Amino acid sequence: MYKILKKELLSPNVWLYDIEAPRIAKKTQPGQFLIIRTDEEGERIPLTIADFDRDKGYISIVFQEVGAGTQVLGQLNEGDSILDVVAPLGKKTHIEKDMGTVVCIGGGIGVAPVYPIARGMHQAGNKVISIMGAKNKDILILEKEMRAVSDEVMVTTDDGSYGIKGFVTNALQQIIDRGEKIDEVIAIGPVVMMRSVVEATRPYKIKTVVSLNPIMVDGTGMCGGCRVQIGEEIKFACVDGPEFDGHMVDFKGLMSRQRMYKDKEKTESDHVCNLTKVKEAL
Amino acid sequence: MALVMKKYTMPEQDPAIRAHNFEEVALGYDEETAIAEASRCLNCQKPRCVQGCPVQIDIPGFIAKMKTGDFSDAIEVIKGSNSLPAVCGRVCPQENQCEKYCVMGIKGEPVGIGRLERFAADYDLNEQQKGAPVQCASDAKKVAIVGSGPAGLSAAGELAKKGYKVTIFEALHKAGGVLSYGIPEFRLPKEKIVQVEIDDLKKLGVEIRLNTVIGKLYTVDELMQEEDFGAVFVATGAGLPSFMHIPGENLNGVYSANEFLTRCNLMKAYKFPQYHTPLKVGGTVAVIGGGNVAMDAARTSLRLGADHVYIVYRRSEKELPARLEEVHHAKDEGIDFRLLNNPVEIIGSDDGNVKSLHCIKMELGEPDSSGRRRPVPVAGSEFDLPVETVIVAIGQGPNPLVQSTTPDMLTNKRGNIIADEETGATTKEGVFAGGDIVTGAATVILAMGAGKKAAQAIDKYLKDKG
Ligand SMILES: Cc1cc2nc3c(=O)[nH]c(=O)nc-3n(C[C@H](O)[C@H](O)[C@H](O)COP(=O)(O)OP(=O)(O)OC[C@H]3O[C@@H](n4cnc5c(N)ncnc54)[C@H](O)[C@@H]3O)c2cc1C
Ligand SMILES: Cc1cc2nc3c(=O)[nH]c(=O)nc-3n(C[C@H](O)[C@H](O)[C@H](O)COP(=O)(O)OP(=O)(O)OC[C@H]3O[C@@H](n4cnc5c(N)ncnc54)[C@H](O)[C@@H]3O)c2cc1C
Ligand code: SF4
Ligand code: SF4
Ligand code: FES
Repeated sequence: MYKILKKELLSPNVWLYDIEAPRIAKKTQPGQFLIIRTDEEGERIPLTIADFDRDKGYISIVFQEVGAGTQVLGQLNEGDSILDVVAPLGKKTHIEKDMGTVVCIGGGIGVAPVYPIARGMHQAGNKVISIMGAKNKDILILEKEMRAVSDEVMVTTDDGSYGIKGFVTNALQQIIDRGEKIDEVIAIGPVVMMRSVVEATRPYKIKTVVSLNPIMVDGTGMCGGCRVQIGEEIKFACVDGPEFDGHMVDFKGLMSRQRMYKDKEKTESDHVCNLTKVKEAL
Repeated sequence: MALVMKKYTMPEQDPAIRAHNFEEVALGYDEETAIAEASRCLNCQKPRCVQGCPVQIDIPGFIAKMKTGDFSDAIEVIKGSNSLPAVCGRVCPQENQCEKYCVMGIKGEPVGIGRLERFAADYDLNEQQKGAPVQCASDAKKVAIVGSGPAGLSAAGELAKKGYKVTIFEALHKAGGVLSYGIPEFRLPKEKIVQVEIDDLKKLGVEIRLNTVIGKLYTVDELMQEEDFGAVFVATGAGLPSFMHIPGENLNGVYSANEFLTRCNLMKAYKFPQYHTPLKVGGTVAVIGGGNVAMDAARTSLRLGADHVYIVYRRSEKELPARLEEVHHAKDEGIDFRLLNNPVEIIGSDDGNVKSLHCIKMELGEPDSSGRRRPVPVAGSEFDLPVETVIVAIGQGPNPLVQSTTPDMLTNKRGNIIADEETGATTKEGVFAGGDIVTGAATVILAMGAGKKAAQAIDKYLKDKG
């Protein structure tokens, strides 16, 4: 059992949990993820390890309530325990000294997984320019944290309520246009966002890394459910990724596969809603 | 007394009913039938059956006890050689092993050794007193086992009995390997059988650490250097699903058998929405392959509500690698066998879902390296099989997580760990390996045999080391 040490609401429906897990904290590297199962009946939910503190022995997750699994997770409180946590999974982000200028882009909740990467890049002495995108000011997360590990931060909001009005790609274009030499872009967020970033950097041949989130089951390479088409090859995102060269990713296939359970999930969400109602009535 | 030439019939659930539930198909003998079946055994001086059993159970020995109704004694004899008898009695391909060599099989049907083993084991499960957990000596040496499938479980049992402090590390949230995530409930009940056999091991003092991926949370070197394990047994199985590399394999509705069965067995999707993991099964399903895995996927599809399920296999019936009994059960349940057919493409609709499986007919040519006649395509015989779901069950390779983080433990070209056949010793000192990770996908009992041999070798290694 893994105890929730801290629970914090970052924005509507988006939670940050610090979870006691000393061994996992010791082994985690930026870019890796975990799989959580809240209870016996729950799904295995993959989430990025948004932060880790090796001394204090905890890891952090930031998640959005989207369907049944994350709703149940969101109902847990400080002091409660999570049944299963498997981690660290996936390959770590490639971080080195002298990589040059790295643009770290986080869209929506994608800022959470970008944060440890930006921090790692910064600690390694690289120039970090971060772009944070959100629909509006109120749902922007982790701004303070990102500022602390970036040489420059640009914020974009869809409605212009804060920072640049527009998408993360608008900010990226500004950086390109001002003549900044970019050595690598890392983009994590909704698939459409990652695809736009990849299309934005393609003409300039800027190396662009994206972190993919296909549907997963085991996370150990055993089921093949997380397969993605990378160039000519089929790769399993849980063991070969989750990060891949964005210019090689078949985004259309990825989006199609993510929709696989849309209708089934609705039945399930209704089921959980009913369970919650029953719980509340009691 | 006249010889009874045929096996006593195994009571089974009616095919029409069982095709829609997950209850066990074969119901097991009753006491009377078990004794009658046992009485068919001739108690041979030189029992040929034993040579067919990979763990060399004293078959006439245990059957003799059963003839007189001493089932508890019978199970003691079996447990001397096999720590998971309730499992093996159910899933061993007996027709290729013990029963293949039984003298009774020459003129009639062999003795139903597997069924008898199952009866004795189930009797034992019901009668068993809850024994007190064993405590091993505080200075006992520590052995780590990676993977809780049959190979890992049998090695753990042997080593615990020898007084070692054994810890099993398992990546998933349930122990049992394929017994838990692969083989379906209707063939191998999880709570009643698998879990009970695992709990038995815990009583021997074996610790099982779930949710622990070796190669990630700990490397093999860390287990030995930091966690003080004197030896490591790697039994990570053949868990990496192969795909066919034909167009359309990434469409929605195409599963590896592993994903399909894992969702159903491990995640209990058949109890959706009580259990939250979904599993989509179309009305018409094609399962590609002819082994146990394919049979399990096909029969699971039926039980999840598919109307029509095909098995598409490129060779002929004779070459089907599945257990004979499973093929019979599948046919009785209405699975449609399309033999000598090979898929060439999966066709999708505009919305990215499977629409049909494009196949080509095959005929048998010259024998290939496996001695089986090689299937060759018949020119111009392509046809379209309209289906909504395709399940690929054409084999599994070794999962590379442990190997890739243990560079001095060498593998062969296919990625299987190189290990001595008799001892399981790998090229890395103190590290042993066995089961599917060494042999490639094989059988439960062979994996158990490997686990047992490795346990003996580990015992010797640790004693020699002092
Ligand atoms: C490597 C990886 C890292 C991730 N990191 C984060 C993170 O840090 N924070 C966060 O909020 N989310 C993250 N996700 C997505 C998160 O796993 C899904 O939102 C979650 O599984 C949805 O579960 P649910 O039961 O609440 O919703 P469901 O009702 O199951 O599904 C809601 C929607 O999410 C999609 N989905 C369902 N299951 C998965 C799955 N296993 N993986 C991906 N998408 C799925 C479905 O297409 C569906 O449209 C990550 C996913 C992956 C693969
Ligand atoms: C669907 C199906 C049906 C079958 N039917 C039959 C049958 O009827 N009869 C028969 O004899 N055989 C059958 N088999 C084959 C048989 O199940 C296998 O040969 C046998 O289970 C192999 O045992 P094992 O211990 O080597 O590996 P497995 O049973 O595969 O167990 C390996 C375990 O190791 C774990 N693991 C893997 N990597 C790691 C890691 N890095 N860290 C920690 N843990 C890890 C896995 O999660 C798994 O639990 C079937 C197989 C399948 C898939
Ligand atoms: S373990 Fe398998 S092969 Fe051996 S006697 Fe039992 S059923 Fe036969
Ligand atoms: S060969 Fe057949 S008849 Fe002879 S001992 Fe074995 S099971 Fe009995
Ligand atoms: S999640 Fe099963 S192989 Fe990646």
